[in-house]
Amino acid sequence: MIFGTGILQGLMVTLKNFVTSYFKAPDEGGIFTVEYPEKRLPEKERFRNFPFLLYDKNPENLRCVACDICAKECPPKCIYIVREFDKDGKPLKRPAVFDIDFTVCMNCGICEEACPFDAIYMDHEFEIASADRHAKLLYHRDDLLKSNEYFHKIRPTDASAIDARRREAEEKKKAAEAAALAAQKAKEAAAAQAKPPEPPKPAAGA
Amino acid sequence: METLDQIFVLSKKGILDFLGTFLPEWVVTLACVAITIKAIAVLGPVTMMYLTLMERKVIGRMQNRIGPNRVGKWGLLQPLADGVKMLTKEDIVPHGADAVSHFLAPILIVIPSLLAFAVIPFGRGMTPVDLNVGVLFFIAVSSTTTIAIFMASWGSRNKFSVLGGMRSAAQMISYEVPMVLSVVPVILIAGSLSTNDIVLAQAGWGGLKWFVFTPWGFFAFIIFFLCGVAECNRSPFDLPEGESEIVAGFHTEYSGMKFALFYMAEFMNSFTVSGLAATLFLGGWQGPFLPSWLWFFLKTYALIFVMIWFRGTLPRIRVDQLMGLAWKFLMPLTLVNILAAGLWYFTEGAARWLITASILAGSFWLLTKLNRGYTPEKRVYLFAE
Repeated sequence: MIFGTGILQGLMVTLKNFVTSYFKAPDEGGIFTVEYPEKRLPEKERFRNFPFLLYDKNPENLRCVACDICAKECPPKCIYIVREFDKDGKPLKRPAVFDIDFTVCMNCGICEEACPFDAIYMDHEFEIASADRHAKLLYHRDDLLKSNEYFHKIRPTDASAIDARRREAEEKKKAAEAAALAAQKAKEAAAAQAKPPEPPKPAAGA
Repeated sequence: METLDQIFVLSKKGILDFLGTFLPEWVVTLACVAITIKAIAVLGPVTMMYLTLMERKVIGRMQNRIGPNRVGKWGLLQPLADGVKMLTKEDIVPHGADAVSHFLAPILIVIPSLLAFAVIPFGRGMTPVDLNVGVLFFIAVSSTTTIAIFMASWGSRNKFSVLGGMRSAAQMISYEVPMVLSVVPVILIAGSLSTNDIVLAQAGWGGLKWFVFTPWGFFAFIIFFLCGVAECNRSPFDLPEGESEIVAGFHTEYSGMKFALFYMAEFMNSFTVSGLAATLFLGGWQGPFLPSWLWFFLKTYALIFVMIWFRGTLPRIRVDQLMGLAWKFLMPLTLVNILAAGLWYFTEGAARWLITASILAGSFWLLTKLNRGYTPEKRVYLFAE
């Protein structure tokens, strides 16, 4: 071996990259860069970003019940929830205030995992830059609301799995209710059959 | 063709003729000087600005990136944006710095780079100053860069700066020797130190009788070019500003336009060194078909491309490797090369090709063997085991 052969080999590698960068595809030695604002890579389904609140059919019908679990689980504590009350001071199963501070959120997705009501999910929206970090990056309830259709659009696999699970649960619940109702009816019928003339006890007690 | 070839000379003559119609003769004489100075003073910085863009683009391509392309079409206005940014930055002088030398160094470093433009023959009849000691002038002027760099490093009162300056001094003085010795064969064959005469000595073969196509010329060219790369502190010889070791070396404490002036000097140096290498070995502005100045710029930019190519390929070498390459490899090879050029001068025909080529190839092989590092067959660990 003489001096310079290794260097020449190295130089050939970079020269090849230089030349092929003009006409080859990215995986054959071309340019990998995607010029972002004009072109963009297809979004991966599992890509996760800031959370959003899910509603079914109309924004009034949101799934969140203001249980505060996500706010407690959130590691940087960026979620703030206040339960809604009706005129009589009776608590309702919906949040009056649901704020997420996106300057604090670290996109971990623990809220999504913690939520027992399938109400909060991680979004694909990432272009939230703004000149005002205090007002524009504190997202309120109405900014966070997004429909189930949108969820189906960005994460079809997860969304249909969750929908299937919810439907199943609902059906099970309905079946259980129906069974309970049937059992109740059967019980009542049996009781009626046993002692038809006697009136029901609670009525007598009252 | 002839007009196109002489377009710059003719336009200067036209301007002077026009001025001569209503101005006294001494003003026209001054204007004659001023036009040339103006041309160089504009060419240097503009070249530097677009070399930064070229460097970023070429290295980007080598790394499968695009490089700057947002400011203007293909990023062509990027240098202007950079310039504006540099001018608006804060100028910081460290507490305890030697204010005078800290301030003077970035100014002084640009002067030799601009002076070196004076002896570069840009085209037929386009040498700004046709000195009869042009090559000597170039080497003398370009070696003064060391002083400015050392001023910068000493004036900054920063240990990294001083380390960079020390390295720079050691490196530049070491590489000056083989650089000068590799020019000797050219002077020997051309019989002149004037850059213009050296270009004229390479006339013939349809404009392709370049010195690089002879055995001694080939070796001298490679040695000169390597030393030139080391002289302008470019990668892989960029030890004075080794980012990974000593922050930024001699310009650690500089910001804003002063920092930009160091870069300006570096890029103008690489332009002039490439220009001189093209002049001495690649026939300068000699070449078939195209106008002479176009040939010169083509060759120069090809050499600058090679410099950028080096930077995109090679990691920085160690100090001992740097010194070893200069003193143990390039220096003996240049001495053999002078001998070969002498033999070439006194012999004729095929014999001189055979003699010089065999001498040079033999000594190259021998030097490779002698420079081979010592690797023990079995490593002995004194304190382990």
